[in-house]
Amino acid sequence: MAEIQQKGGDSGKGGKQRAKKMSTKIDMTPMVDLAFLLLTFFMLTTTFAKPNVMQLTMPVKDKNLTDEEQTKIKASQAVTIILGPENKVFYYFGLNEPNDKSVPQPEVKTTDFSANGIRQILLARQKQEPEPIILIMPLSGKAVPEDKQSKYKNMVDILDEMNITNQKKYALVDIPAKDVDLLKKLNLI
Amino acid sequence: MPKVKPHRTSPSLDMTPMVDLAFLLVTFFMLTTQFRPEDAVVVDPPSSTSDLRAPESDILTLTIDSKKRVFFGYDKAPVMAAALQAVGAKYGVSFTPTQIRQFSLLPNFGVPIQQLGSYLNKDNEQRKALNPGLPGIPYDSLNNQMVTWVLEARKANASLFKKPTYLAIKGDGDADVGTVQKVIKELQENDINRFNLVTSLEMKPSYVGK
Repeated sequence: MAEIQQKGGDSGKGGKQRAKKMSTKIDMTPMVDLAFLLLTFFMLTTTFAKPNVMQLTMPVKDKNLTDEEQTKIKASQAVTIILGPENKVFYYFGLNEPNDKSVPQPEVKTTDFSANGIRQILLARQKQEPEPIILIMPLSGKAVPEDKQSKYKNMVDILDEMNITNQKKYALVDIPAKDVDLLKKLNLI
Repeated sequence: MPKVKPHRTSPSLDMTPMVDLAFLLVTFFMLTTQFRPEDAVVVDPPSSTSDLRAPESDILTLTIDSKKRVFFGYDKAPVMAAALQAVGAKYGVSFTPTQIRQFSLLPNFGVPIQQLGSYLNKDNEQRKALNPGLPGIPYDSLNNQMVTWVLEARKANASLFKKPTYLAIKGDGDADVGTVQKVIKELQENDINRFNLVTSLEMKPSYVGK
């Protein structure tokens, strides 16, 4: 490959035959090989990339607030999204009040996280109702069977959908018992 | 007619500038590389379209794996050492200087404080073998060592470096939400309300409006 040492390098100048001198040039090939080996090694092992993060700011807990005093949501604004097992998403519009006979049982629909799934539903809903309030309920807790618990991946996915569809108001809430009952009644879990 | 001989240039060329550059790069990469010790647990974080980047330093990472275990890590050795002493004092466990030094070099760990001493006495290889069976840091409300670790590390960073701590939660995609929610809830009880979920980047779909 690289031959630094040249035989008769000064022959071009002509002139008389000198006494044989040791060339001052040394063969650098092994050194260069080594240098490039090290260069490749360090380049491949260096990680410049810092991890990406998604910010999640939770509301400050006010311990003096009772359940009745907490924000009430209008039925027309409410969108409930339940993170089901196997990457399924259950959702319904309006409120689920099984004890209040004036509120009809909401119609629970099933979709998924694909581009035509929950995203299109949220975008369509935004057109009908400009300020939806989205309640995200992961399935967790003792009332839910162990194999039906939501995965963390789905929680990140749905928060991501909130960013993609540019939602203003959404909250991550614990699933109430009445919603678990509703899903059980509909044989969804 | 004499033949025109093309001027022959020597096929070997002067490589000195290239070699200079190569060494410059070698030096640069050698100095910037940090060899990170292996994490106690490997998790696969889910992907999101968020392109926010974590800061350079002062990151406290709570790693949550799919077996509901929580691991604690801080990216600064002095903070790790100070937190160890503070948490140890709280639970009545003391550590030798060797153990503290060993601990400050760990990227993260998942052992209750009572077992931490014997964990630190082991060498790297033995620890690696132990890692799959570690219990994780206790985080239930009765014995909440995780919150103590977080609070003490924040305090240590504030007093040693006068900087706020950035709290990152690195959850495995397969971890259940219940565990993550519980960790978040316990921290909320202590007025920590801002979290950063570590994710890998995926492309934002372009057809959705702004």
